[in-house]
Amino acid sequence: MTTIAETAARRRHAGRTRLSAKHREWIAGYLFVLPDALGLLVFLGVPMALSLALSVFEVNGFGGYSFVGAKNYLRMWNDPLFWKGAKVTALYAVMLVPLLYACGLGLALLVQRTDRFNTVMRSMFFAPHMVSLVVVALVWQFMVVDKIGVVSRLTAALGIGGFSFLGDPNFALITIVLVSVWFLMGFYMLIFLGGLQDIPRQYYEAAMIDGAGAIARFWFITLPLLKPTSFFVIMVSMVAAVAGAQAFDIIYVMTKGGPANATAVLIVYIYQQAFGFGAFGYAAAMASILVVALMIVTAVFFALTRGGRFNHEQ
Amino acid sequence: MSSKRPQPYFSRSQVTLVRGVWMLVTASLAFMTLFPLFWMVSIAFKPAAESFSSNLIPQSPTLDNFIYVLTAVPFIRYMTNSFLVSAAVTIVALFFHTMAGYALARLRFPGREVLFLSIFSTFLVSLPVIIVPLFVIVKAMGMLNSYAGLIIPAIFNAFGIFLLRQYYLSLPKEIEEAARIDGAGYWRIYWSVILPLSRPIMSALAILFFLANWNSFLWPLTITSDPNLWVVQLGIANFKSQYSASWNYMMAAATIVAIPTLILFVIFQRQIMDSLKTSGLK
Repeated sequence: MTTIAETAARRRHAGRTRLSAKHREWIAGYLFVLPDALGLLVFLGVPMALSLALSVFEVNGFGGYSFVGAKNYLRMWNDPLFWKGAKVTALYAVMLVPLLYACGLGLALLVQRTDRFNTVMRSMFFAPHMVSLVVVALVWQFMVVDKIGVVSRLTAALGIGGFSFLGDPNFALITIVLVSVWFLMGFYMLIFLGGLQDIPRQYYEAAMIDGAGAIARFWFITLPLLKPTSFFVIMVSMVAAVAGAQAFDIIYVMTKGGPANATAVLIVYIYQQAFGFGAFGYAAAMASILVVALMIVTAVFFALTRGGRFNHEQ
Repeated sequence: MSSKRPQPYFSRSQVTLVRGVWMLVTASLAFMTLFPLFWMVSIAFKPAAESFSSNLIPQSPTLDNFIYVLTAVPFIRYMTNSFLVSAAVTIVALFFHTMAGYALARLRFPGREVLFLSIFSTFLVSLPVIIVPLFVIVKAMGMLNSYAGLIIPAIFNAFGIFLLRQYYLSLPKEIEEAARIDGAGYWRIYWSVILPLSRPIMSALAILFFLANWNSFLWPLTITSDPNLWVVQLGIANFKSQYSASWNYMMAAATIVAIPTLILFVIFQRQIMDSLKTSGLK
């Protein structure tokens, strides 16, 4: 296939570029990364920075910006609804993270054995994660409708009913947390399964010979060796909880932040301020505080996992 | 169990019994997990009067709810929009991410590590946190109420780049070296060596990207007000505010929205679960 001309060209090429072969690799590298790097910069990096810049402006109805300095931050300090949102967010995270950890690990231990039955079960536990959060919110809202929803009637029959899942400020957030757990637990089960697979069988065999029971084996082998996985799960679920990654869609459809702001996590309140009242500057100020909080969490996460490489050394 | 050392081994019948109970517990938990989805499909086939009856199997199953929903609301249009957006994002994202992943794993250039770490650091920035400034940027670019606005910002995420880079790190070096000796340039190596080798991970990622975009709600909600551009998730959220009392219609609509992804899952469950299992940790 190779013509003489091509061969000659290649030889010339090789001769000319021997010195700059390194530079050619550099240029190729930059060009290959360019589209993604540019896109991430424009649609993730710049927004993060812009969040800070926007926070010192006030936006009028016609899209005009006027510099207001720290006014938005002062307003935030004096806004009881901001503090309420911060509290609800913290409560959401504090409930979600341990529950998700327990359910994810519990399910993983349940279906840990690799056989056909467990493979089917894993898929069943994971299936809710395939449905969109909007649909999840709709279906659960239907199931907990006061008095006539299937879950409402079931809890009433068990004698723990009589309350409104979404209408009572004391239960609305818990309901949102439980729906989030239902949606997410299959995903975390998978991550735990990955972690469990990395624990060498021999440790368990040795422990069994020494007479360690199931609980002892879990406590002294599984849990300690699962530390990297646990760490990953806790950090990721915490960041997701604070950022409202899943909570937003569920809350937007189920409660819109109500009743009495009981489910108004910060991100829902920020969204209302920005797209409900056009208070872009104020929303950006609140979002900046969130970004800073998340950056600190990410930095700690990053340092502790050696630059996100986990156990891959290259 | 009366010997000096406690024996960890059970008799054969005990093992069978324990395993049987274990399987029973697992199966009932799995059924409880799936119950909301069964319930949704069940109501979708029930006439309005039966919506709140407690039977899982409809007494008089009907397709009327589906017919009503599909004729009252342009769900076909919404689904077409969702499909176009998800497919476009998936194709472009895979193209860009394989390029970036290849370079970050295999090419040597100054600043590579810094670049990778910067990309990785955006891993945990989720959409809700930057939605306000992102809206401002996309508005300034004139992409509000457009397919471009739905598609372009959704392309870029660190997850796919990270996963592909990890995959390329594990490929043997000899394959590209052979190509290089044959005189292939970097683009040629990428196109005819790396891409064909990426087929398994690309199909897994394609499913994940498609699903994520089919299910996305917040971004389309924020930037589209024109009903002609609505994706299916917006369609159903809006359907809810119009038909909030007609649960049989709502569950039919929810089923219509959920079924495509559930079917995808049934077909590709192994790829989906394997790719997620190895995503963050290895």
